[in-house]
Amino acid sequence: MTPSTRGFREMKAAVVRFAGDSGDGMQIVGERFSDTSVTVPNAIATFPDYPAEIRAPIGTIAGVSAFQVHFGSQTVLTPGDEPDALVAMNPAALAVHLYDLVEGGLLIVNSAAFTPENLAMAGFSTNPLDDPALIKKYDVMPIDISGLAVEALKESSLTMRDKLRTKNFFALGFTYWVYGRPLEPTIEYINNKWATKAPDVADANIRVLKAGYFLGETTETTRNRYMVARAEVEPGTYRKISGNEAIALGLIAAAKKAGRDLLFSGYPITPASSILEALAGFKHFGIKTVQAEDEIAAIGVAIGASFAGQIGVTGTSGPGMCLKSEFIGLAISTELPLVIVNVQRGGPSTGLPTKTEQSDLLEAFYGRHGESPLPIVAANSPSDCFRAAYEAVRIALTFSTPVILLSDGYLANGSEPWKIPSEDSLLEIHKPFADLSQPYVAFARDPETLARTQAIPGQPGLEHRLGGLEKDTKGSISYDSANHELMTHLRAAKVEAVAKIMPPLNVTGETTGKLLVLGWGGTHGAITSAVQSLVAEGFEVSSTNLRYLNPMPSDLGELIKGFDQVLIPELNSGQLSLLIRAKFLVDAISMTKIQGRPFKVSEIRERILQLLNA
Amino acid sequence: MATEIQNVPEVPGLTRKDFVTSNDVRWCPGCGDYAILNSLQRTLPELGIPRENFVIISGIGCSSRFPYYMNTYGFHTIHGRAPTVATGVKVANPDLSVWIVTGDGDGLSIGGNHLLHLLRRNLNVTVLLFNNRIYGLTKGQYSPTSPEGTKTKTTPGGSIDHPINPLLFALGAEATFIARTIDNNPKHMTETFKAAHDHQGVSFVEILQNCVIFNDSAWDSIYSKETRDQQLLRLEAGKPLLFGKNLEKAIRLNGLVPEVIDAASAAPGEILIHQPDHASPLYSQLLASMGLPDFPTPIGVIRSIQRPTYESLVHRQVEDAKAKKGTGTWKELLHGSSTWTVQ
Repeated sequence: MTPSTRGFREMKAAVVRFAGDSGDGMQIVGERFSDTSVTVPNAIATFPDYPAEIRAPIGTIAGVSAFQVHFGSQTVLTPGDEPDALVAMNPAALAVHLYDLVEGGLLIVNSAAFTPENLAMAGFSTNPLDDPALIKKYDVMPIDISGLAVEALKESSLTMRDKLRTKNFFALGFTYWVYGRPLEPTIEYINNKWATKAPDVADANIRVLKAGYFLGETTETTRNRYMVARAEVEPGTYRKISGNEAIALGLIAAAKKAGRDLLFSGYPITPASSILEALAGFKHFGIKTVQAEDEIAAIGVAIGASFAGQIGVTGTSGPGMCLKSEFIGLAISTELPLVIVNVQRGGPSTGLPTKTEQSDLLEAFYGRHGESPLPIVAANSPSDCFRAAYEAVRIALTFSTPVILLSDGYLANGSEPWKIPSEDSLLEIHKPFADLSQPYVAFARDPETLARTQAIPGQPGLEHRLGGLEKDTKGSISYDSANHELMTHLRAAKVEAVAKIMPPLNVTGETTGKLLVLGWGGTHGAITSAVQSLVAEGFEVSSTNLRYLNPMPSDLGELIKGFDQVLIPELNSGQLSLLIRAKFLVDAISMTKIQGRPFKVSEIRERILQLLNA
Repeated sequence: MATEIQNVPEVPGLTRKDFVTSNDVRWCPGCGDYAILNSLQRTLPELGIPRENFVIISGIGCSSRFPYYMNTYGFHTIHGRAPTVATGVKVANPDLSVWIVTGDGDGLSIGGNHLLHLLRRNLNVTVLLFNNRIYGLTKGQYSPTSPEGTKTKTTPGGSIDHPINPLLFALGAEATFIARTIDNNPKHMTETFKAAHDHQGVSFVEILQNCVIFNDSAWDSIYSKETRDQQLLRLEAGKPLLFGKNLEKAIRLNGLVPEVIDAASAAPGEILIHQPDHASPLYSQLLASMGLPDFPTPIGVIRSIQRPTYESLVHRQVEDAKAKKGTGTWKELLHGSSTWTVQ
């Protein structure tokens, strides 16, 4: 940090975390802070962290909800490790999140909430705000946020309860002052949301937002303020997008490109529900959505749509995947195109519904009975979910196969700016239906892709029967033992053929060297950030992220051979590591974290340095 | 996509043979399923629908082999889940005539949940539930429709489960068309299948079916030559509820419950008149509940009422959204509501 002449300290990047009770509106102000930052423009990444309970008792540890935003003047690939500033709206929020705050970091607290009752609920025997050690370690800024918000609204006709509900905007206003951010985008947001239906609410929120900002201006002129300069961002048109939104858009884009209707069938489950919700808002794109009676029905409906010639897609999270596995087997056996989205969460069983994990990789590979391989693709950032979903549909149609798309809670809820692609940049998706003039053989295959040709109900003369019983190479039921082995190999060969359409691996750093950090899915940001910083410091380390898990890219073996060591960081107990060791007979080093939270960049940096310095 | 394919000439002269496949039928000799297959193969050519627009979807069990023997589009899915696949097919292409073939185990045990939701949604498909009160394909365990006390390999001391009445189940789900037919009366089956097809909405048909190996004579107490006159109540819309060899017995209401009386002694207007479109489900329930030992077993259309179909509502919402917002464009899709530009 270098002192600025204008009273600001310049930072390349900053991380701010808003934490409070579930009902305190922390997600809203976090989103506002992010949206304002992208207009600067800054590079951003966000991470909401909310409890599984919708409204746990007010003031309790269980009810703490947080939103972290990382904004910078350079590339930002993760929501940040430790916050530079923490806004804690009550003692419970302080208790949960203080340990993460960097030493010397700014700690803004709503002192009004530090009542004996709230302190007791958060497990404090004394008020931490009176603790000299706290004041010494952090830049503590206690503000009577509740009191000042109410004071700013003394002429408002709102009830006391409603006045108190504006306190999140006071905290936001003050934080804006600290980071020198404009108020206009938030004022516009408030007006769009409330000006027509509740003008007094709009007015109150704007008043309180400004009051928070003015508090800084009038009383805190000696305080440090922080400036994160404009980022050098690649020219283009951008929008902010979350992982689940991006999946919805990617699916629709693929359907449009393929010229087929899409039917999405799901059952509500955290953290996947918002895909179904998003798609239900796109009916004017011809999207049909079905909220099925259960997870099994959801995939059954999607398979029915696929059989009828449309693009059937279902989405869920871990527990739902378990329920769908028998139907996935049917889709494999009947070789119908289908996309199954798994937004992974902590497991097993109900596990950690709102926390992230990458522990369903082996389930995606092997979680079915019989020999039942299918292509698996993984998204690596919130905006990348668009490309990953698009690719999943492309593979499903091209190879006439079910495809599992792996995302996770971290990607689903996190958001980042997305440079909007042009429709022309999207790969063609071509899947011909059967030729009406030729005799139809249901399991005749394309020699290149090994995909079978699909005839759909309504096409005259191509009537045929599909089912889960083993069939011969033409599609007739066969219990012949040699045929079963042949068909098992054929189905596997078809999945292996997907490797033919993969682009070369994208490597950060040199393509040979001492250490390759190999990751998949949502760890991409943390791994790439760590490796980029170390490469800049002169270390011989590289990384790559696997979009395709099954089959694995054909250039992966060669890449691995070019390095002395391979490190595989995963949010599970070493699942990719197991696969890589088995497939490439390499003594890969597994790095695991199973805490429901993503890797910090610093954790990966430290492990890399340990290995390089060993 | 679907509409293009529908542009085919109106129905050619289809016959039963057009619906027969080359597959050997592998049911046990004497199985009731043969008669049902025959009746459906005779029904479909008469419906005025091109063959390629029929889709037969089944689950798992003896009855679920059905699609392999029908020369239409067919899908032999997984145990209990045929209603879900049928929902996807019908929502994707409402022009198709979709028939679900299921059994008492497939439809009411492992697939009970899906059947419930199919019925309450009123998807315009026909469900043929073959009820033989036994698990045949797994070689003779009791089913959810087996009477209490049924002795099988899994219930050597007699089953203790209270059986489910398929018609009451369908009524509980507010199915808009509920009927029952019997596998030893091809004419009645064909008539019932036609009525089911003609109904706009979900049609639920229970077929009393004999399992010659594991539950032989399952329904003889109702429909054998010796018993049928006294035990079957043939329903016809607008006709009084009469049964017996010479229609000498009648059903009337005594308070809230039905009772059997001599038709000859009935007061004018006393005998119940069959009204399948009766607005109250109580009337349907009265019929669906009748059976041994106190009442004859009704066959025919028990209930037929109108309600919008699920797939028409799905499509209407799509069309309404297009009318309101215009057909979605690439720009709208990719840009969303808020963007910014970096120069």
